[in-house]
Amino acid sequence: MSTQSGNDLSYVRTEMIPEKEPPLAETGIIKWVRENLFAGWMNSLLTLVSLYVIWFIVSHIFPWFANSIWDAGSLTECREVRDARFGSDVSSACFAVISDRWQQLIFGFYPSSGYWRPLAALLVFLAALYPVLFSEAPRKLLLLSAADPFVMFMLLWGGSIWGPIAVAVGFGVGIASYRIALPIVGNLFAIIASVVVPVLYWLFLSGVIASALSSVLPIGLPFVESKDFGGFTLSFIIGISGIILSLPLGILLALGRQSDMLIINKISVAFIEVIRGVPLIVWLFTASLLLNYFLPPGTNFDLMLRVIIMVTLFSAAYIAEVVRGGLAALPRGQYEAADSLGLDYWKAMRLIILPQALKISIPGIVNTFIGLFKDTTLVVFIGLLDPIGLSNAIRASTDWNGVYWELFVFIGLLFFICCFSMGRYSLYLEKKLQREHR
Amino acid sequence: MTMPSEAPKEAFRLSQLIYDTRYRSMTIQIFAMVALMLMLSWLISNTIQNLQALGKDFDFGFLSQPAGYDINQRLVEYSSQSTHGRAALVGILNTILVAFMGCALATVVGVFVGVLRLSKNWIVSRLMAVYVEGFRNVPLLLWIIAIFAVMSESMPQPRAFREGGGASMLFGESVAVTNRGVYIPAPVWGAGSSILIAVFVLSIIAIIAFRRYAAKRQEATGDILPVFWISVGLFFIPSVLFYFILGRPVSLEYPELGGFNFGGGIHLRNSLIALWLALSLYTGAFIAEIVRAGILAVSKGQTEAAFALGLRPNRTMSLIILPQALRVIIPPLISQYLNLTKNSSLAIAVGYMDVRSTLGGITINQTGRELEGMLLLGLFYLLLSLFISWVMNIYNNSKKLKER
Repeated sequence: MSTQSGNDLSYVRTEMIPEKEPPLAETGIIKWVRENLFAGWMNSLLTLVSLYVIWFIVSHIFPWFANSIWDAGSLTECREVRDARFGSDVSSACFAVISDRWQQLIFGFYPSSGYWRPLAALLVFLAALYPVLFSEAPRKLLLLSAADPFVMFMLLWGGSIWGPIAVAVGFGVGIASYRIALPIVGNLFAIIASVVVPVLYWLFLSGVIASALSSVLPIGLPFVESKDFGGFTLSFIIGISGIILSLPLGILLALGRQSDMLIINKISVAFIEVIRGVPLIVWLFTASLLLNYFLPPGTNFDLMLRVIIMVTLFSAAYIAEVVRGGLAALPRGQYEAADSLGLDYWKAMRLIILPQALKISIPGIVNTFIGLFKDTTLVVFIGLLDPIGLSNAIRASTDWNGVYWELFVFIGLLFFICCFSMGRYSLYLEKKLQREHR
Repeated sequence: MTMPSEAPKEAFRLSQLIYDTRYRSMTIQIFAMVALMLMLSWLISNTIQNLQALGKDFDFGFLSQPAGYDINQRLVEYSSQSTHGRAALVGILNTILVAFMGCALATVVGVFVGVLRLSKNWIVSRLMAVYVEGFRNVPLLLWIIAIFAVMSESMPQPRAFREGGGASMLFGESVAVTNRGVYIPAPVWGAGSSILIAVFVLSIIAIIAFRRYAAKRQEATGDILPVFWISVGLFFIPSVLFYFILGRPVSLEYPELGGFNFGGGIHLRNSLIALWLALSLYTGAFIAEIVRAGILAVSKGQTEAAFALGLRPNRTMSLIILPQALRVIIPPLISQYLNLTKNSSLAIAVGYMDVRSTLGGITINQTGRELEGMLLLGLFYLLLSLFISWVMNIYNNSKKLKER
């Protein structure tokens, strides 16, 4: 059949022609530039404007950085080096102030022989953080994390080793008294015993035991007073203790605000709204000016401890609101399902509600933590020497009078690194806990 | 077979207070109440004892005593002979001024950056991401003092504005940016300016009325009036017309260099400028993220549905996307406004005379009334916060999805 004339298919090509290269405008970098930078006149305009902005910023800042001077003893010396090296009309950063004073910015007035102690405390903290942050780590490590606050206190403030140990033993006493009391007097009284016995122990026994032990076996580190703390060490101590303490308090407040019990509910609402309605700086002034009025006459305790308490209460109120959002976002069915399984309130919260609610509120919680860490700079106003306070002190010295940007850049960069990595971790956690399939 | 008519009644036992869930919540609440009362009475009795020991009393009379200090920026009449109460009022107005200016600029910056961050243009979205991350992750206090340092260290001195001094005024000799602050023209209200203001207000009312009418007409007939151009016309034409008919009643007083400093015009101090810019740029970065999240929260199907109905892109944005995005944006926006207002208390870093510096600062130092002063200060911020969230909640409720 195919041999029939008029039905000849010889004009049909039998082999494939080789693939042609795509047009130049549709591949590689040119396509990308066309689609992302110059699609339409508006887009091109935006590109040009942003290129101008970038050029403007870079052209002003880059020479300043590129000509920076790292070794000089004072600002005038810096200027002399610059005049000799580049000429007097060249802008040049004097980062010598950082290389001269970085110990102060990081450690404040901590005795220089003990600089290893805050660093060791930071390492201990990071080690304790590892099993909390990453679930791949063995769970046994969490026990070590529980011991870490005492180790960190020991490293930072020093003094006799027996004080923190005696306090830590109190928690063991609590657990032991719960275990012992449970078969004898039942659950409720066991809980009461597990609170009362350690409190009694802390009030009356721990001090005696600690002083007795330290007179027998005087092991310890040199004691460092709170007023010597400063710089980023201070920011980290306030920030980290605030973060650790405010999360449980915030969750309790959120549960209180969601509670059906009228009085508990009203107390939580009033606490949260009053704390959130007033700026942190007013609370800090309250801590430094007014706290002495509210405590029994003659009591006077550490300013740093007062600040930590205030910062904790402040961010707990914010965390309570974030967690409340998470609790409210859970479908009603989850609460009912927990009830129908016969779980009591705390079990339902611990096993069903809070894991889901906290998962929803992770971004908000981390944002609150970032805010708390940034807010630690406000302590400068009540006389604690945080990095900004120290930068003022450095500028007040005759050597470095007039240095602004180098200090700001250094402080800002350190804060940026800490806050940015916290934000990235929250994104990672969100992604990991994501259970919906998109 | 006998049916039990009702559940066997048990006598109330004391242990039910603990083990019976019906009564347990009552027990817990009473305990909480008693604990709270005990704590409060303990605090109050401590305070009374401490006040007695210091020989102080609890009295707000100091508010009517002469303050004896000067305030460099005041919106109402004030001199050092005025009372502490008056000083507090000046401070309150200054706080509200910077909070209001900050909220306005932060919203503009935030919306602008939030929209640009979603732009398909790679370089613009990167640039905006850098801005947002940079401002969000560095303490506000650092930004405030950095901007203050820029203003007072890097700007030219007033005398540089003389002939050949190297500095020049902006916007046709009307704005001078110096290291002592920014000088802008001040309006001078001449005779007949009240009529001009009345005309302006009337034309705003006319615009609103016209927009209502146009919307109603569109719903009834489907005709679309050129709302935008008519609004622009109504905004400018009557006011400009009356401006010339009345013989230019409003003029501007330009700042002029006299001696070593500028005179005339309005002087915006560095403290105000630094606080305002830092608060706006910092909060603007947060608002940008809120706006971005709000726009992303409107599903793509909505845009596609609007296009399928034949709506043009700008009407899709204004009629479909924005109303839905606003619902997501407004609640967090309210809390950003509240944050900005509370953060304005950082004025202490640059010496801006807000309520914390007057009532909570100098007044307390001069009179020694910490307890009363801090109480009033806290109360002011609390009421301001409650007021802002109340107003914004009314707005939020009007925009909320009405479910019937």
